[in-house]
Amino acid sequence: MNLTLRIWRQKGPEDKGRMVTYPVDDVSPDMSFLEMLDVLNERLILAGEDPVAFDHDCREGICGMCGLMINGDAHGPQRGTTACQLHMRQFTDGETIDIEPWRASAFPVIKDLVVNRGAFDKIIAAGGYITAPTGSAPEAHSTPVAKANADAAFESAACIGCGACVAACPNGSGMLFTAAKLTQLSLLPQGQPERYTRVIGMVDAHDEAGFGGCTNAGECTPACPKGIPLNTIGRLNRDYLAATTKGAGNTPGA
Amino acid sequence: MAVTGILLVLFLIVHMLGNLKIFTGETSFDHYAHWLRDIGTPLLPHTWYLWIQRTVLTVAVVAHIVAATVLARRARAARPVKYAHRKKVRGSYAARTMRWGGVIILLFVIYHILDLTTGHLNPQGDASNPYGNVVADFAPERWYVTLFYTLAIVTVGFHLRHGAFSAFRSLGQQTPRGERRARAGALVLAVALCAGYLVVPFAVLTGLVS
Repeated sequence: MNLTLRIWRQKGPEDKGRMVTYPVDDVSPDMSFLEMLDVLNERLILAGEDPVAFDHDCREGICGMCGLMINGDAHGPQRGTTACQLHMRQFTDGETIDIEPWRASAFPVIKDLVVNRGAFDKIIAAGGYITAPTGSAPEAHSTPVAKANADAAFESAACIGCGACVAACPNGSGMLFTAAKLTQLSLLPQGQPERYTRVIGMVDAHDEAGFGGCTNAGECTPACPKGIPLNTIGRLNRDYLAATTKGAGNTPGA
Repeated sequence: MAVTGILLVLFLIVHMLGNLKIFTGETSFDHYAHWLRDIGTPLLPHTWYLWIQRTVLTVAVVAHIVAATVLARRARAARPVKYAHRKKVRGSYAARTMRWGGVIILLFVIYHILDLTTGHLNPQGDASNPYGNVVADFAPERWYVTLFYTLAIVTVGFHLRHGAFSAFRSLGQQTPRGERRARAGALVLAVALCAGYLVVPFAVLTGLVS
């Protein structure tokens, strides 16, 4: 396959950035999208040029590091797939492919296609955990959990924090991420003691990080490589309403 | 957004039911229109109830617009650099026309009040004969008025289709099954209100009401 890539090049956070066109020849349809970028980078290095910086780690679709806007689609055209698991057979010979970083003020560009997703860490730090003594894993049967709750919590827990929901959202909102990280705890018995302080803290951290507000536009779920359902946000809303009406009086010291 | 939107939808339903009284004849419709000014009497003086309702609706509209503006400004601030290649939005057409649709609806509401409430833009403009005002308004030679009304009502329909679903979600609708129901309910509400509102101008246009 011969392709034309138009890639966002930005030297650093202060650089203005621009789209640069690169022709790439002899691309195998069996390559992953990131392997195709590796091939481009090898050629750029041999030619003495600066290689394209992009995030990646496991290349198995489970770490959440890779994240590219490919032809306007977060993680490319295939649903339920991260960019690293996307194969070049999804594209046609001679195609022009536009590759851009996630666009959000909360995700500033570090270089080229690499963005700083530290804003997600701030949301997690504001309540995406339970306060419990750790140690050896407890006996799994000691705390019964309803099957439906376990399934829904697992669905939320599948979130890899890649940021595709923010990238796809017309409002630049990170509500699907926040809702997934919140409901994986609020559906389980271990998450109950801090349930209502958690939702206030995480939503506040989300807003402070500069993400937009959710308008239920529904762009995030189709872009999500893990298919986190849109109704997860409804669970967050319900907890938020309960928390604002009940107050945060269920946590000692709060 | 959800709470003010629900208030406005309740008004839209009652307003539509009132409009449909046009099919019961001129005397009945005019009597209904005049009765609106007497709701609450003798406890409240003439037209007081109407002004209370108008105040509540105006507050709801203003709060709705303020909330929408805050969301739009946050959205703009959240994405300062636009995508060079942006796919057609995958969500519904209704969801992505909420903001401009809202502006069109606001302009329509202003025109609508000047037309059929104050009578300034109405060819007859006789406050004692609302039936005649409606018939004069949608006369066949004023087809462009009917066209504008139709466009505005369809815009309201799209606005409601996403707005009603979104309101349920904002107020804590949280199951996949409930989501299907909320979407279906929003669609039924939007279609029913569109039909109920459009049947009046088209009845006048086709001579069914004259």
